[in-house]
Amino acid sequence: MKMSFSTKAFAMLLSAGLVAGCSSTGENMEEGAYGSDVAAIDQDGGSTVYGGADGSGVSASELTDDERRAAQEQAEQEALRDITTFYFDFDTSEIKPDARDVLVAHARYLADNPRQQVRLEGHADERGTKEYNLALGERRANAVQRFLIVNGASRGQIETVSYGEEKPAVRGSTESAWAQNRRVELVFQ
Amino acid sequence: MFMKSRSRCSGSFLKTPVIACLVLFLTASLGARAELLIRITEGAGSAIPIAVVPFAESGSMPAGDKVGSIVQADLTMSGEFRPLEPSKMLSLPSERSEVYFRDWRMLGQRYVLVGQLTRNGDRIQARYELFDVNQEKRILGETAAVPASNLRSLGHHISDRVYEAITGAPGVFSTKLAYITVSGEGEQTRYRLQVSDVDGKRSKVRLESREPILSPAWSPDGKKLAYVSFETGKPVIFVHELATGERQKVADFPGLNSAPAWSADGRSLLMTLSRDGNAEIYRMDLASRNLTRLTDHWAIDTEAAWDHADRGIYFTSDRSGGPQIYHMERPGAEPRRITFGSRYNARPRPSPTGDYVYYVHQRDSTFHIARTNLETGEETVITRTGSDESPSVAPNGRLLIYATRQNGEGVLTVVSADGGAAYSLPASEGEVREPAWGPVTR
Repeated sequence: MKMSFSTKAFAMLLSAGLVAGCSSTGENMEEGAYGSDVAAIDQDGGSTVYGGADGSGVSASELTDDERRAAQEQAEQEALRDITTFYFDFDTSEIKPDARDVLVAHARYLADNPRQQVRLEGHADERGTKEYNLALGERRANAVQRFLIVNGASRGQIETVSYGEEKPAVRGSTESAWAQNRRVELVFQ
Repeated sequence: MFMKSRSRCSGSFLKTPVIACLVLFLTASLGARAELLIRITEGAGSAIPIAVVPFAESGSMPAGDKVGSIVQADLTMSGEFRPLEPSKMLSLPSERSEVYFRDWRMLGQRYVLVGQLTRNGDRIQARYELFDVNQEKRILGETAAVPASNLRSLGHHISDRVYEAITGAPGVFSTKLAYITVSGEGEQTRYRLQVSDVDGKRSKVRLESREPILSPAWSPDGKKLAYVSFETGKPVIFVHELATGERQKVADFPGLNSAPAWSADGRSLLMTLSRDGNAEIYRMDLASRNLTRLTDHWAIDTEAAWDHADRGIYFTSDRSGGPQIYHMERPGAEPRRITFGSRYNARPRPSPTGDYVYYVHQRDSTFHIARTNLETGEETVITRTGSDESPSVAPNGRLLIYATRQNGEGVLTVVSADGGAAYSLPASEGEVREPAWGPVTR
């Protein structure tokens, strides 16, 4: 039992640590991305174009930099949240580094919308045994659940279920099919 | 005893009341579907030559396979016998006075089975005798009777008696298989829990669902099946009474409810639950539904089965980093790791005598069934197919059934326990998986 707690604590610390590392990376990326966009608007003389004497198009012109940034960020977060399937390596439940920004976006969205519910469906590829894969699918769903909670979602918003190898996304016994079947799907309800 | 149990069986099946069922679709009325075919792929080199002489018949007999050919097919299927083709027989005796041992010796036969069938109202009676050709001695002489509609049961019964008289081990030809078939795609996918004879014949659908069904497990008396069904949207363990179709939801806790396995007394089920955080093994007393937790580890612990002594359990755990087989000598004892030969060994199934444990074993990039000799620790891969899963040992320990893939479809394959002989049971439609070999019932 002690073992189990310390492991969980370790896992949480680990994901928290990764998240911290992650969000700073995220900001850097945002700045980079904005950099060019903002520059483009400035070059076009955004405020001049939209801020005409007649006052039309005012809403855009009156956006402060902060507001623009927030809108941009929101759009970007929404784009990130289009991704709802996360993949895993064989016999692991470790969240891949490239999935973290997206999961953080989902976690923030859940935190901002406390009535939103999500179901995490864990899956495994067909290799190995069915019952072990059922447990593995659950472990993957649980890993995503922990990550979402650490990043602001609350436990009550999340339900997990494992289908093991029973519901492959792609049929077939190829490396590519297996890779697409080892996954957790977020289903918003 | 044999007659009685048979007639009771068939009677209650016909009268099956449609009991209020929690679920979707159901059982007996669906009749046979997705019949399994049988394909003998290889026989053992050491198979014993035996002449199964077509039985003499008096009175009208039902259409369909003859008792003699059912016995012949059973013995061939076991991999341990090589029955003589009837066309090569010099005579077709039906009782002792007609058996000329010299003729059978000349044909290289070690045993001869002869018999007669007599119609008696709606029943058919068989008298049969088995002879040892070299010793010119009768080693079996019996009668048995069945309702005329049950000729296959009579054939399987005679096969069991012959098998036991010659090998000393009980035959398993009268036992049943449970398995899952899957057909259709997408919305049309149907999962069916089916039960058939060991030769794939007389299959019956016991449950049909749009959601996955897995891990069927026979109660020791052969009257019930426990299994996992996703019909409620998550894995839940049911116990299903075959004669009535009545079902009970026995484990529906948050998280996993999976991998049911019966105790020898039929009173409790081992199962994997994750209600306390992650996959752990529990024992549930079926009468009280009380749970006893048997494992306590942050790793995955699942796929438990009682050992042959019914004292300890074998199970799969990835506590070493990947799935391996462990044995817990008694509940609460420190588990001992059994497998070391590769990085993936799972779903242990001990032989009934306790000499071996069978499991799914990864070698190179594929999965086989392997066994470990529990005395010496020696590991042997016994299947030559790939993508092998779900080993289930026959109650006499001599045969093993497992699921594999042929041309992209799931099929069942039966091998002798040492891997020597084999036959496969493809489904006529879709695929078949998750076989469970039923117990010997008397």
